[in-house]
Amino acid sequence: MAELITYRDAVGRALAQEMERDETVYLIGEDVAAAGGVFKTTPGLRERFGPRRVRDTPISEEAIIGAAMGAAMNGLRPVAEIMFSDFLATCWDMIANQIAKTRYMTDGQVELPLVIRTANGAGVRFGAQHSQSLENWAMAVPGLKVVAPSTPQDLIELLAASIRDPDPVVFFEHKALYPTSGPVDDGELVGELGKAAVVRTGGDVTIVALAAMVPKAVAAAEILALQGVEATVVDLRCLVPLDTQTLLKACSQTGRVFTVEENPRLCGWGAEISSIIMEEAFFDLDQPVVRITTDHIPLPSADALEDATIPSAERIVDIVSRTLD
Amino acid sequence: MPASANGHPRNGGAAEAGSPDRQHGAADLARRIHIYRMMVEARLFEETAYRMFLGGLVKGTAHLAIGQEAIASAFAAAMKPDDLTFCTYRGHIHTLLRGAPPSRLLAELFGRDSGICGGKGGSMHLTDTSAGAMGCYAIVGAHLPIAVGAAWAAAERGTGQTAVCFFGDGATNIGAFHEALNMAAVWSLPVVFVCENNQYMEYTPIRSVTAVENPAADRAGAYGLDAILVDGNDADQMFDTARSAIEKARQGEGPSLIEAATYRHGGHSRADPGDYRPVDEVASWKARDPIPTYRERLLSEGASAEQLDDVEATAEEVINAAVEEARAAPAPPASVIGTNLWADGGSAWRN
Ligand SMILES: Cc1ncc(C[n+]2csc(CCOP(=O)(O)OP(=O)(O)O)c2C)c(N)n1
Ligand SMILES: [Mg+2]
Repeated sequence: MAELITYRDAVGRALAQEMERDETVYLIGEDVAAAGGVFKTTPGLRERFGPRRVRDTPISEEAIIGAAMGAAMNGLRPVAEIMFSDFLATCWDMIANQIAKTRYMTDGQVELPLVIRTANGAGVRFGAQHSQSLENWAMAVPGLKVVAPSTPQDLIELLAASIRDPDPVVFFEHKALYPTSGPVDDGELVGELGKAAVVRTGGDVTIVALAAMVPKAVAAAEILALQGVEATVVDLRCLVPLDTQTLLKACSQTGRVFTVEENPRLCGWGAEISSIIMEEAFFDLDQPVVRITTDHIPLPSADALEDATIPSAERIVDIVSRTLD
Repeated sequence: MPASANGHPRNGGAAEAGSPDRQHGAADLARRIHIYRMMVEARLFEETAYRMFLGGLVKGTAHLAIGQEAIASAFAAAMKPDDLTFCTYRGHIHTLLRGAPPSRLLAELFGRDSGICGGKGGSMHLTDTSAGAMGCYAIVGAHLPIAVGAAWAAAERGTGQTAVCFFGDGATNIGAFHEALNMAAVWSLPVVFVCENNQYMEYTPIRSVTAVENPAADRAGAYGLDAILVDGNDADQMFDTARSAIEKARQGEGPSLIEAATYRHGGHSRADPGDYRPVDEVASWKARDPIPTYRERLLSEGASAEQLDDVEATAEEVINAAVEEARAAPAPPASVIGTNLWADGGSAWRN
């Protein structure tokens, strides 16, 4: 049986499922406990699991992430929340220099089973310092797994898988998706990291998307279908590990590939995807890979400007149609 | 000197833990001789590392703790085997004295296959989790929050462990220091912060860039902690201070911040001669070298010269044997480059 729940509520459900199962799972972050999170993703968890396992922290991002690392070294499986992904910049040393490198630098002596959850992305008019899509920062650092779900079901399955994973995971929740809802199966849900989803199949073009760009890609595919163009839509779900098999298969079947990325243009994840396709599926292509991204600018705040900056279904349709002409 | 020896040194030879107060002279002296042995071994290790650096066997860099041995030795003597040490890139001797094998530490400095981190860490990143040596951290201040996390887990799991975090005077001016102190205090965690104030950062004297005179102790009050200033070159004072801070942590009474005044005899790293320091300043600190002064004291308080000579000779044998072993080890094979990034043992980022 499936029940309709929001992406926001899916976060709390996944955390509760894992905290119930494993008493070493702890949640820390700013305002996560008494207030239930600034995005209201964690209400009721403190009441259910107690104030020690669900704990408010000072505004100390380095200490939050450092504490998660030290605790993971010493027997806990912490989940640490960084309120907005933009604030990752204040604790990037902990993530990129410490957490990502420790297992390797100690030649496997230290295991760090921890999850950093963070609200990522634009669409809520918060301006340039509270709206960035930063998955590619994490993707660029060896030693981090990078997850960015687009539906409530995926969120639960992948957050559960991230918590159970023995390696550090940066888990990007898209803040524009929090109010969206989708069907979620009953019972314990656990997915697998590194598996893309083919959310729509069509023989003419392949659109590769992530997080909030997935519903936009699907909406674009519906419009394109009315124009007689059938699109396959691939939701990558994870950037590391990357499901290149699903990706390359979909690309080869259509010969025409478009990436839809919320990040600013340079070094977005689509550049890596494009490079892989060029190296490994070049002779299956009918045209160059096309990247549809946000411009290479900080995000403006005004709704009219923000909407014109981030890829929209209309822009995707427009670019795909023009390319096919 | 307090009487009961609470230390549980890993490399043996010290007094029994928990010996009843004041039957003590003997137990006490045995423990102090053990601390002396650790200091001597640490000094020899560092002198060897320096020689090997100049000889081209140690590649890259090396930050020596010559002159600072009393702090590491006293703490190693005061810690239980499952307590956790976090230290900086100047961390050879902290790692050694918790019980990491000297041959594997030297092999790591030499970039050999048998290195404690398989050649992936190097001088600035020695870790031996089996000895409770949880890593040397090369980004100033980063390990303070990490030690806080280890202490947090210890408290939640009720393990009775204490995390001890060593850092330089320079680290007191970075944000992570303040975030860590505050969080440790509000969560009342079993962590002991130890500022090894050797008076200098790399080349710049700490006093010239710090708003207060004592970079750590003068900040303690901001986190509701006592200001603890000790002579870091006095092994007995260091041991007493270490033992009471660890005991406080173990009793659930929260963190401590200790500032230990000391001096590095050499430069910051590698072949830095440290000649930006006034000659008479260097001379006055060298006159207070923790090792000969401790030897004198032990001799005047009941140790025999033969005992201490024997300690020195044994330490030399240990380090010499370690050098031979490390030298004989092969370089790591290229096949390990892609191992141990992930828990599955590999480094794949795609299927
Ligand atoms: C965040 C950061 N800034 C700068 C450096 C470069 N650096 C390495 S050691 C050092 C001096 C640190 O001095 P102190 O904390 O007193 O430790 P000591 O070396 O004296 O033991 C500096 C500036 C660094 N490693 N990390
Ligand atoms: Mg210093």
